[in-house]
Amino acid sequence: MAFDIFLLEVIISGLMTGVMYALVALGFVLIFKASGIFNFAQGVMALFAALALYDFLAEDGWFFAVFGFTLPVWLAIPATGLIMVVLAWVIERTVLRFMVKQNEIILFMATIGLAFVLEGLGDILFGSDVKPLDIGIPQGASDWLLDNFNLYIEQLEIFAAGTAAVLVVVLAIFFQRTRIGRALRAVADDHQAALSVGVSLDKIWVIVWSVSGIVALVAGIMWGSKSGVQFSLSLIALKALPVLILGGFTSVPGAIVGGLIIGVGEKLAEVYIGPMVGGAIENWFAYMLALAFLLFRPQGLFGERIIERV
Amino acid sequence: MNLRKLTGAAVAAVLALPMFASGANAYELVLPTLDYRTGPYAPNGIPVANGYTDYLTMLNERDGGINGVKIKHVDCETGYNTKKGVECYEKVKNTPPSGALAIQPLSTGITYQLIPKAAVDEIPIFSMGYGRTSAANGKVFPWVFNFPATYWSQATALVQYIADQEGGFDALKGKKIYLVYHNSAYGKEPIRTLEAMAEKFGYEFRGLPVDHPGQEQKATWLQIRKEKPDWVLMWGWGVMNQVAIKEAASIRYPMDHFIGVWWSGSENDVMPAGDAADGYLSGAFHAPGGGFPVHDDIRKYVYDKGLGKGDRDRIGEVLYNRGMVGAMWTTEAIRKAMEIHGTKEVTGKHVRDGFEALNVDEARLEELGLGGFTYPVKITCANHEGPGKVAVQQWDAKAKQWNIVSKFYEPLRDVTGPLIEADSAAYAAENNVTPRDC
Amino acid sequence: MFYRESGQLKSSYIADQAMFPIAQDRWFVIGVLAVAFLVAPFFINEYWANAILLPFLVYALAALGLNILTGYCGQVSLGTGAFMAVGAYASFKLVGFFPELNFLIVLALSGVVTAAVGMIFGLPSLRIKGFYLAVATLAAQFFLVWMFNKVGWFYDYNLTGMITVRPIDFFGIRITGPEATPAAKYLFTLTVVAVLALSAKNIVRGRIGREWMAIRDMDIAAELIGIRPLQAKLSAFAVSSFYVGVAGALYFAVYLGSVEPVEAFDINQSFYVLFIIIIGGLGSVLGAFLGAAFIVLVPILLKNIMVGGMGFDSGMAGHVEILLMGLLIIFFLIVEPHGLARLWQIAKEKLRLWPFPH
Repeated sequence: MAFDIFLLEVIISGLMTGVMYALVALGFVLIFKASGIFNFAQGVMALFAALALYDFLAEDGWFFAVFGFTLPVWLAIPATGLIMVVLAWVIERTVLRFMVKQNEIILFMATIGLAFVLEGLGDILFGSDVKPLDIGIPQGASDWLLDNFNLYIEQLEIFAAGTAAVLVVVLAIFFQRTRIGRALRAVADDHQAALSVGVSLDKIWVIVWSVSGIVALVAGIMWGSKSGVQFSLSLIALKALPVLILGGFTSVPGAIVGGLIIGVGEKLAEVYIGPMVGGAIENWFAYMLALAFLLFRPQGLFGERIIERV
Repeated sequence: MNLRKLTGAAVAAVLALPMFASGANAYELVLPTLDYRTGPYAPNGIPVANGYTDYLTMLNERDGGINGVKIKHVDCETGYNTKKGVECYEKVKNTPPSGALAIQPLSTGITYQLIPKAAVDEIPIFSMGYGRTSAANGKVFPWVFNFPATYWSQATALVQYIADQEGGFDALKGKKIYLVYHNSAYGKEPIRTLEAMAEKFGYEFRGLPVDHPGQEQKATWLQIRKEKPDWVLMWGWGVMNQVAIKEAASIRYPMDHFIGVWWSGSENDVMPAGDAADGYLSGAFHAPGGGFPVHDDIRKYVYDKGLGKGDRDRIGEVLYNRGMVGAMWTTEAIRKAMEIHGTKEVTGKHVRDGFEALNVDEARLEELGLGGFTYPVKITCANHEGPGKVAVQQWDAKAKQWNIVSKFYEPLRDVTGPLIEADSAAYAAENNVTPRDC
Repeated sequence: MFYRESGQLKSSYIADQAMFPIAQDRWFVIGVLAVAFLVAPFFINEYWANAILLPFLVYALAALGLNILTGYCGQVSLGTGAFMAVGAYASFKLVGFFPELNFLIVLALSGVVTAAVGMIFGLPSLRIKGFYLAVATLAAQFFLVWMFNKVGWFYDYNLTGMITVRPIDFFGIRITGPEATPAAKYLFTLTVVAVLALSAKNIVRGRIGREWMAIRDMDIAAELIGIRPLQAKLSAFAVSSFYVGVAGALYFAVYLGSVEPVEAFDINQSFYVLFIIIIGGLGSVLGAFLGAAFIVLVPILLKNIMVGGMGFDSGMAGHVEILLMGLLIIFFLIVEPHGLARLWQIAKEKLRLWPFPH
């Protein structure tokens, strides 16, 4: 294999991995943008969504036990989406409602509590086995590229990249063109002002948590197809952190661009620097990279400019 | 599902109450396990714990325990976390009436914690096929047993298997053998052995670490794709196994040249990859499958009575069998202890002697309903590893089962021996242990 | 009725500036310390020491350190686990080099080493603020743990990369390893924690503590009134890391005895300590202890109630325990978002009026 092909492969794989990270980071951004909450439970939400989806599809699930049949994929995904909406509503009713105007670190802690609850609930409801998730997404290397160009690219990741692109476009339209989207942006800009012109904060929070729950579902599907649905799925949130910090907590494009930069950066580092120092440097390298960027732009690449007043 | 099981357990507990009350002052054999049914490694921990527990329940139901003395099984949830493991150990170790007779830490980290404590608390540790490899040296570690084989023995066995496939040890020269490992104490265990053998046989060795939890291994497998090693070994655990097998399939790495440690070779690990995992290999020291007479007894005496811990159709999975065989050796050690010391009220100290005199031969295995399940094990004062033999098993994705495809390889003791000697000597020096005479 | 400060008149500045100006508070603290030092050691067994009191004390100390940085100086840190690792490895290497050195000195030196490392990773705080600052400490978290796992010198080139404490005597009494009595381990740790906690209480109400709080409340305003942010922030990182480092050394040497960097000091450890200070109360010394009690002890309590008392299957109990822990966290945050320390303060206010409601 020629050297440059390998480099290309590393870069493309990095970009693809970056998109996978960005899918997780997107969910964080949505909630942070609208409510200033750093949602620690995002990873567990992805796990929970994937577990619920698996339950609709498998014959050893609750759904099958109750109704005696399983849902086809095209029905199971919206059904899981519905579950995430209900979950968002419950979270708003039982947690967020009581926490309006709290300090951001307190809200962050509340989402940690939420993460524990979902984790325990997921285990109790669905068990802790590894559940192979196959909803028909193509997997394995792309044969055509491999045979013709000796280029290895994972089909699942191409699919994920496509999904992410669609997702970003849909989100952009949602934010820019719909009434709810405008209300969301208003809330993000100024809670008080939004309230005073008649935007219902409760409703907005339910909506934004629903949207981010659905994004979590997408992330859960992608990562779950990759490794099987299991507890570790919730730990991908950690991989989204540097992406989030680099891209800026409040920017949807930031999450994507941040993901791409982190993905390529860490893969290049691991492949080319890793062997010299013993390997497994991806994790800290991602943070060092983000740190280096932040020293020049303290608010993240696309974050809102921090204006300091006394 | 789980709630149903919970209700079942609650009912069983209520029914069992009068039984406990009546037998409150009878002597019981306390066998604790430090299980993990929560956290990232739960999918692996659950079947092991189920196998162990079911075997003990079966003994109680079928034979009324060991030589008529009931076994009291105490489990404690560690989540594969060392701190919780310490709490669990302190909690279970003095369980009345006998106190813990042997500890199965089920985690490398927890084993290392408990090794110094074992001698003080006089509770033998049985870290079956994991933990500190140099504990095989019974002179320095009188209280720790890691038979039937260690990671180092396994590394030599896998290299022997490779040599057999390549056509002898001479054919290893110039070959590339890579190791993909969990970047932790556990994963690093085989490196020294593989390096020592690389020097001896002239193959090229390289280790590729994967950080916990290991969902993202693209960089690792791109390197493997580029450098095309002839064989890839894997010391993985948890989600890392599933992802690695999938990635290997994606880059079209030949599965029959990809060998996992015995902790990377269960149904859980290969199922998510589907057909792509066909032909994947892993180490093993016991047979897979649920067709042995002992399994029938477990179904009959445990599951038919509704006392089973897991699902009936998962009896015989690799990790289930792993837990079960651990329980078998532990209870055999207790039996031996009763025989040596002529008492039915054995303590941890007695059981240690039982472990040290353990001799489960073919005939005994046959009696236990485990004929051909594993190989005979004989422990001596100096050698706590026992025979150290390891075979290779292969995944058949069509039939969805593992099959043993090689003989049981003897370890290359000339490779592992000096390493064990050196490492245990270092431990002895650091901790002021005077080795026993054996 | 019992908790009333009327009549406690101060006639000197020294009395007015005392650490616990209210007599009842003073007596309460003295009472707790007396019980902890004089009564508890006679009743302690191995379970209480190793499973409950040692982790409680060690985490309280680490939380105290993080609270200095996050609660008092307002700098979010997610690198606590790694800084504990620095303390642990420093003590391991120091004991290896100087086996005869008094262990208190080893602890202090481990703290100093950690303080130095902490200051290096604190430098970006001058430029990066808020949640974004977490990236600097996260970089420390992942880099340092990777380094301890990878560089053989740190673990004396042994085969697995785990470090195990050597037997250490403190004035002739064994305080590490399995031969140490629970009482000895407990008393040693308690002494260190008590001294450091009282010092922390003193630091935060002094000039330097007030500088930190000014920076926390609004750093630009603080700068305008003449506080040097460089000095204030770095000193917070240094003092905080010192505490965390000592906690790490105790965690390794006295509590666990042998650790593996990847598991013992991973990111969860950092989150764990952060949970403690948020639940306990940001910017409160007492909060570190209350939070540690909550986060360390409640899961054990829940588990023992469910498994021991109610006959739960241990796996199911594990799941339910996580669920309940989450619910409790949410419940406490809704009841009192400012932490358990604030609840305590409210209780004191109520006590002051009791039994008359107004």
